[in-house]
Amino acid sequence: DALLLAQRWSKVVAVTFAVGAVTGTVLSFEFGLLWPAFTGRFGQVFGVLFAIEGVCFFLEAIFVAIYIFGWKRLAPWTHFWTGVPIVITGLGGAFSVVAVNSWMNQPQGFSPTTGDVTSVEPLKVIFNPAVPYEVPHMILAAYLVTGFIVASVYAVGMLRGRRDRIHRLGLLIPLTVACIATPIQFAVGDTAARSIAKDQPIKFAGMECVQQTSTHVTEYIFGRCTSSGVKGGVGIPGLDSFLVGWSTSTQVTGLDSVPPDDRPPANTMLHWAFDIMIGICTVLMGLGLWLAFGWWRKRDFPQSPWFLRATAISGLAAVTALECGWIVTEVGRQPWVVYNVLRTEDAVTKASGVWVTFAAIVALYVVLGAVLIVTLRAMARRWREADEPDEEGPYGPASSGPAAVVAGSPG
Amino acid sequence: MSRAEAVAIVRWIGATMYAVFGGADFGAGLWSLLAGGGQRGRRPRELIDWAIGPVWEANHVWLIFVLVVLWTGFSPAFEAIFSTLFIPLSLAALGIVLRGSGFAFQRTARRARGRAVSEKLFGVSSLLTPFFMGTVVGAIAGGRVPVGNAAGDAVTSWLNPLSLVIGALFVATSAYVAAVFLVSDARRGDAPDLERYFSTRALIAAVVTGALAATGLILLHSDARFVFDGLTSDGLPLVILSVLCGVGVLVLLRRGARRGARALAVGAVAAVIWGWGVAQNPYLLPQKLTIAGAAAPSATLTSVLIVFGVAVVLVLPSIGLLFTLVQRNLVEEAARPSPPPRASA
Ligand code: HDD
Ligand code: HEM
Ligand code: HEM
Repeated sequence: DALLLAQRWSKVVAVTFAVGAVTGTVLSFEFGLLWPAFTGRFGQVFGVLFAIEGVCFFLEAIFVAIYIFGWKRLAPWTHFWTGVPIVITGLGGAFSVVAVNSWMNQPQGFSPTTGDVTSVEPLKVIFNPAVPYEVPHMILAAYLVTGFIVASVYAVGMLRGRRDRIHRLGLLIPLTVACIATPIQFAVGDTAARSIAKDQPIKFAGMECVQQTSTHVTEYIFGRCTSSGVKGGVGIPGLDSFLVGWSTSTQVTGLDSVPPDDRPPANTMLHWAFDIMIGICTVLMGLGLWLAFGWWRKRDFPQSPWFLRATAISGLAAVTALECGWIVTEVGRQPWVVYNVLRTEDAVTKASGVWVTFAAIVALYVVLGAVLIVTLRAMARRWREADEPDEEGPYGPASSGPAAVVAGSPG
Repeated sequence: MSRAEAVAIVRWIGATMYAVFGGADFGAGLWSLLAGGGQRGRRPRELIDWAIGPVWEANHVWLIFVLVVLWTGFSPAFEAIFSTLFIPLSLAALGIVLRGSGFAFQRTARRARGRAVSEKLFGVSSLLTPFFMGTVVGAIAGGRVPVGNAAGDAVTSWLNPLSLVIGALFVATSAYVAAVFLVSDARRGDAPDLERYFSTRALIAAVVTGALAATGLILLHSDARFVFDGLTSDGLPLVILSVLCGVGVLVLLRRGARRGARALAVGAVAAVIWGWGVAQNPYLLPQKLTIAGAAAPSATLTSVLIVFGVAVVLVLPSIGLLFTLVQRNLVEEAARPSPPPRASA
């Protein structure tokens, strides 16, 4: 049964992979269509990372194809080993793209910092100071999101009364992985926040609505950011200073240390995004505890509707946390594209009419996402009608799927 | 050879791969559109699906590769091209998205209506991308892409006779390469009727491609003198080679030869691409920006070359593995196009 699950999941991967490839292609167009001045000046600095990502992706694509073809045709262990390069290249690709983002947060390894770049030190670019926290944080986030989403799909199924082995395994495996990753994510995120307080103090001030540089800074949970401090929300005196430097007398840099032009916009949103990310992580850890408790008491996961309901929304929660995290990094970095080096307004294309392009791209992404969901649901529906042979992922010729296995199983 | 030139060559290799394999993909989409709907076009479309199924999207990687090497190795050229030519490039990207999703979903869409729509989408978008890519190349050859952020004219840079003819030439070339490939696929799939079907189409596409190429040359003469001069001097041997390969393919197809046509068709396309590269040397953007002038600092160029070397060492064996697996079991695959219909059709 676990095998059947793995086969089904690999088909889902095939469909999402195809969509990922297409959006990735468009993404590389966007570097030029939207941000020519950014890429024109710094492409020579960060570009190598994308070259590495390209190689990883290429290998990944090849091995995904082999893997999916191999279900029926390769010996089981051979087939397993063709999966290993997928994991390695996947991680390599994630490292490279997130390292670019890290470099935008902590740019180094090029000179001069104004005007044309004339020298580059690739290793310093690749291993910039934000990599150690940003890369693991994003990779863990990816595992969290995937784990909780897959678990929530099966939780919904179980809530609707489908309680067979397939559903139970389909819930348990990914949920366990995600629940183990969650506390680690908490720790990494915490490290990230502390590093940012040191390396990108203005971003941190924006995240926490710290207006004036001072000690004994209050940590606010939610609340509205105004120029005279946080209104509303729950304030815990001294905690912000404590979290930054393990002592309430730690000094925290405030927004007033730079001119208004250099401060990030939309402070309340930034602050809320940060708090929501942390809040969701905390709640998800609670879900993990619940699961662990169930195992400890009954050697099984809790079957109560409330547990299933909680699992059912955990996927959505994880995605929300992911998006909030990106809002924190990206909006928090404003007004800079490359922190303290290049302003966003100077990076954007000067072509008029890109708004049309931009709107078209957004619309396409929406359509693509919608069709993806519809397709995946259609696949799920067919899997449920057990006597139907499997339909095809985009890779296989019409009979490459494990049709025989599915047709003969009770799943 | 300088490091910048080495990187330029690496990029040109990527462009060649994309033109040949990506082109074959687009061309196949085009033939699937031209095959017509419903029963009539069913068999050719089956063959097309069957032939490009397993490898279709690996080919897009060549495009990414070209873009990444361009923006890493020659950032100012990337900036100039993408900001000035954002209209055709956006439309080309649109084609890629629609095509990818059309193809992915046509295999999973169950209802006939959904399938028909995604097939249409797949076909039409296969036309968009090569055409607009061609207009971009035309704009560059015609010297209409100045250095800087959107320094050129957003419309006339690519909406001119030279660009349009080169756009059409790209479409025709794709169709031609695809048809030649499909002839071999039909043979592999034991479908003699389809073999004939695509042979005829390959011949037609070859004639159209030749005519468009000749028109293009005439326009280059008046509009892009630098490239024209290059093509008729340093690039001439390659142009001649291309013509010879092209004629060779036609002869082989007429004779129904079993092998060789594929390789020659690839040769014809590759030769013309390298001919163009030689013709506009030492420029990246003819008479606007040289290779040396656009090149990144040397450490970056070295890294690109290293990554490329690693890629060759790792990717080639993997691709080999994939193709071996695919070829081996495609031969025994039940999903081959159905046997030729009996008398009724
Ligand atoms: C499932 C998703 C998820 C979860 C549960 C968390 N995060 Fe997160 N966070 C992300 C997903 C994410 C992200 C979307 O992946 C970001 C955006 C950039 C990045 O590298 O990761 C991110 C960025 C991000 C940043 C900004 C990094 C930067 O600007 O470079 C900080 C400070 C934190 N996180 C802190 C935390 C803390 C303290 C968490 C737990 C208590 C936490 N995150 C849970
Ligand atoms: C952290 C965020 C990102 C994640 C999680 C991510 C994930 C993915 C995934 C899942 C794919 C599909 C293929 C694969 O698995 O390799 C992919 C492909 C790709 N991504 Fe990303 N990506 C991210 C950011 C980026 C960024 C910022 C770029 C910038 C240009 C980018 C460029 C690409 C490219 C070029 C491809 C390959 C498409 C192809 O070759 O057809 N990605 N990415
Ligand atoms: C909610 C999520 C996000 C928001 C609100 C957001 C916002 C922005 C904004 C406003 C910019 C332009 C200004 C600037 O670069 O500072 C930007 C650029 C950029 N973002 Fe994000 N972003 C988000 C997610 C992501 C993700 C998931 C990636 C993937 C790795 C990413 C990678 C980049 C990159 C590479 C740029 C540089 C400009 C470019 O090359 O296009 N961002 N983002």
